[in-house]
Amino acid sequence: MSHGGNAHGYPTPPPSSARRVLGHAVARIEDRPLVTGRGRYAGDINFPHQLHMRIVRSPNAHGKILSVDASAALAMPGVLAVWTNADIAELSPIDFRADKNATGIREFRQPALAQTYVRYIGDPVAAVFADDPYVAEDAAEQVALAIEALPVVMSASDPPGEFEPGRSSEAIVLHHSFGDVEAAFRNAHAVIELDLQTGRHSGVPLETRGAIGVYDAAKDLLELHGAAKIPHRNRETLCRMLNRAPSSLHLHESHVGGGFGIRGELYPEDVLVLVAAMRFERPVKWIEDRREHLMCANQGREQRHRARIAVDRDGHILGIEDEIFHDQGAYIRTHGVNVPNRTMCMMTGAYKVPAYRAKARVRLTNKTPAATYRAPGRYESTFVRSRLMDAVAAKLGIDPVEVRRRNLITAQEMPYVIAFDEPGVEALEFDSGDFPALLEKALKAFGWDKLQADLKRRRAAGELVGAGVAIFMEESGRGPSDNAKIKVDPDGTVELITGGASLGQGFETVMAQICAEALGVDYRRVRVIHGQTDLIDHGIGAHAARATVLTGGAVHVTATMVRDKALEFASELLQTPADDLDIVDGMVMRRDTKGGPSIALGDLAKRLAPGSKLLRGRDPQLAAHGWYNTDHTVFPYGVHLAVACVDRDTGRVAVERFMVAYDVGRAVNPLLIEGQLVGGCVQGLGGALSEEFVYDEAGEPLSATFADYLMPTVHDVPDVEVLLTEDAPSPRHPLGLKGAGEGGINGAGGVIASAIDDALQMSGAITRLPVTPQRIRDLLRR
Amino acid sequence: MTDKTDIILIINGRAHAISVEPRKTLVDAIRDDCGQTGTHIGCEHGICGTCTIILDGDAVRSCLMFAVQADGRHIRTVEGLADGETLHPLQQAFITHHGLQCGFCTPGFLMLAVNALEHNPNIGDDELLDVLASNLCRCTGYQNIIKAVRAARDEMRGAKAT
Ligand code: FES
Ligand code: FES
Repeated sequence: MSHGGNAHGYPTPPPSSARRVLGHAVARIEDRPLVTGRGRYAGDINFPHQLHMRIVRSPNAHGKILSVDASAALAMPGVLAVWTNADIAELSPIDFRADKNATGIREFRQPALAQTYVRYIGDPVAAVFADDPYVAEDAAEQVALAIEALPVVMSASDPPGEFEPGRSSEAIVLHHSFGDVEAAFRNAHAVIELDLQTGRHSGVPLETRGAIGVYDAAKDLLELHGAAKIPHRNRETLCRMLNRAPSSLHLHESHVGGGFGIRGELYPEDVLVLVAAMRFERPVKWIEDRREHLMCANQGREQRHRARIAVDRDGHILGIEDEIFHDQGAYIRTHGVNVPNRTMCMMTGAYKVPAYRAKARVRLTNKTPAATYRAPGRYESTFVRSRLMDAVAAKLGIDPVEVRRRNLITAQEMPYVIAFDEPGVEALEFDSGDFPALLEKALKAFGWDKLQADLKRRRAAGELVGAGVAIFMEESGRGPSDNAKIKVDPDGTVELITGGASLGQGFETVMAQICAEALGVDYRRVRVIHGQTDLIDHGIGAHAARATVLTGGAVHVTATMVRDKALEFASELLQTPADDLDIVDGMVMRRDTKGGPSIALGDLAKRLAPGSKLLRGRDPQLAAHGWYNTDHTVFPYGVHLAVACVDRDTGRVAVERFMVAYDVGRAVNPLLIEGQLVGGCVQGLGGALSEEFVYDEAGEPLSATFADYLMPTVHDVPDVEVLLTEDAPSPRHPLGLKGAGEGGINGAGGVIASAIDDALQMSGAITRLPVTPQRIRDLLRR
Repeated sequence: MTDKTDIILIINGRAHAISVEPRKTLVDAIRDDCGQTGTHIGCEHGICGTCTIILDGDAVRSCLMFAVQADGRHIRTVEGLADGETLHPLQQAFITHHGLQCGFCTPGFLMLAVNALEHNPNIGDDELLDVLASNLCRCTGYQNIIKAVRAARDEMRGAKAT
């Protein structure tokens, strides 16, 4: 049975006062094991007789492998094998997951172990397998590599070099456009051109990556433990790469110590532990160390934009043009060219832009490969768009807030469609929203007007303090389908099996709430299962803020099916029309009278056991398997406001205030959404002010420890103010839900740049993220 | 290199007799040799604080010590915080105030804060921030961790007063 589809006919969800558990800030069901030390993260998973893998990594940023001498390592007691590419010659490079634009870029995929060339410092060259992790590490140090150095390309805006002889390091050039750009710029009152850069940073979850491969030869069953984010989609890729049937390869997610887009993608090490587990017929465990993580896990964000904007005399946008140099790092990983595509398609944001043309040059460099990091392409494009709007305001002498107001898409224009000229580029169809209303609410809640006067006074007294604004669109819940299985146990416990994944956001609680709301049970009685490919055959996992929207939709549909079944049978047992029955706290009872006949869901489940007379040809069990299908994306939106104060001597920027105003459609659990928004915001501040993967000119990574890659601590963060609104529930979702995972980070770079400009009273000063103290000092010296 | 030393780690009051190489870090011994995996490893270079434990009454980073240095000493880890089914007030406060998301940093923050509150039950807000600034969390943005620790401090102080 299936619900949903192109469903603009969903009834408006009830207001939160009429909801039982949906919309309430209830405590998380996943917390108790985590605060008592009973979590089970990848490093905590062990199997008897397991081997430990250690990767030998390239010390050269670019070079040709002349030889790999493993004899000394192999001579060490406890070392079982050392592999190079020759040992896995049959294995294809790490494949893209379904990427429509994959043609022409497949040559840039990363092999599990380097073949002929190494292309970044950290590139896996050999794998050591030993009985003990310390021994594996010692042995890896004994593997001697002879590499002939080749010239490096360290910047995507430098002229391209060679990926391999005869193949340019400019992998592909992508285009997005609509409208008459020539006319827009020809007729402009003013044209502004900016050269902007976003720095290289990444999710850097506190748990490093880990993978354990287990092979059961008797059953010919291969398992990957430590999986995360998208176990089902990774299974598809792995089946393709290893030539196995999906039923013979299962991925298992346990606790995951943060994801942020980078954890749970398929990496060389995941494939290696699987191949090794099969070949050695022993479990193979790999746990990354922090240095490896900072050199090898996906990085992101690094782009240079040569952006132009054309406006009329009132500051209305006539057109935007952008040339993007996307620093892809050494290989194209699982996402293909998703990030530059998202950057281009979200560039115009919440504004009416009649004409637009963007070109992204996807270029390989000799740095760690780049891929998606929380709000991929959106953090970058919001920074660029915000800089352009501020520049327009300065040029025309219009207030920066006012110039934004004049260009926002209005509620009356919803649904608002942005269609691109290029064939195959998906149109954006904003489903609902009132952007001007959210902007005004945010300004009011922040006390914007009074703040301006305060800031002026403080600046007059010599302080470098200012405020900024950024407005952005998010996207979530891209289709097509997700499913869920629900079963009520005889004791009333509800088992909910989803194909979702949890990276720590509170997935279990949110799904339990949605299930409990429809089914009429206590949400704490719902056991939520996720990330297990052997228990459910399809799942979308946790990416692109899909979980709440798509999996939540599936849970709602399925729980409603179970509810209908419960009411159907209860109606017969209680001799009451189903319409007069309700389920409250797990009891089916009459809606109107208290104390009438009733039956517990668990008892009902017992009465529906196979063979029960009650069934009369109907399927046993109080259970259902339902699907939610949609071909639509939903679009949440937000406003960031911030106050930044610059220390004249040190160049340090203190973020005094920060507000995230965000319309989430409907909030399943406001406490958890706020947690997501604040957490994302602080990550965004890191990327705006301190976090940066720096390389020297030879390609040596200079940010390979936490002492060099500077993430915010308690001292660096303001008390983030959150204004959560539910003004624009999605008409395309049965519960009106939109995603919330990325609304805290999206505008953080843009708003901080605005606020610092204002603090310095130097319009357009900030052209590059992160704004480190060093860069501020350089600006102040000018 | 593989010569092992016999040592005893007393973790949450229980003695674990183990045999380790002298170079084995304390956190690895706690996790792999004693099976107490509640203490996590986030960096192994002394910055993130994920591996924080309480050793003879002081919060220390167990990735920066060798197991042999803790021979015979008393170690407290997150597994020892609750009293049976009753959570420590700080554990409860982390749940109530949504002070954790992925939970990976949580054991380190719990041990860090418990130690600070035990040393100074009246610790002020600012001093508390200084303490908490020594650990990293990548999910929460810290706000709710701060709230949770302050709430637990106030509650524990109140409980003592009555
Ligand atoms: S693991 Fe010990 S401080 Fe990071
Ligand atoms: S809760 Fe994930 S690192 Fe703190």
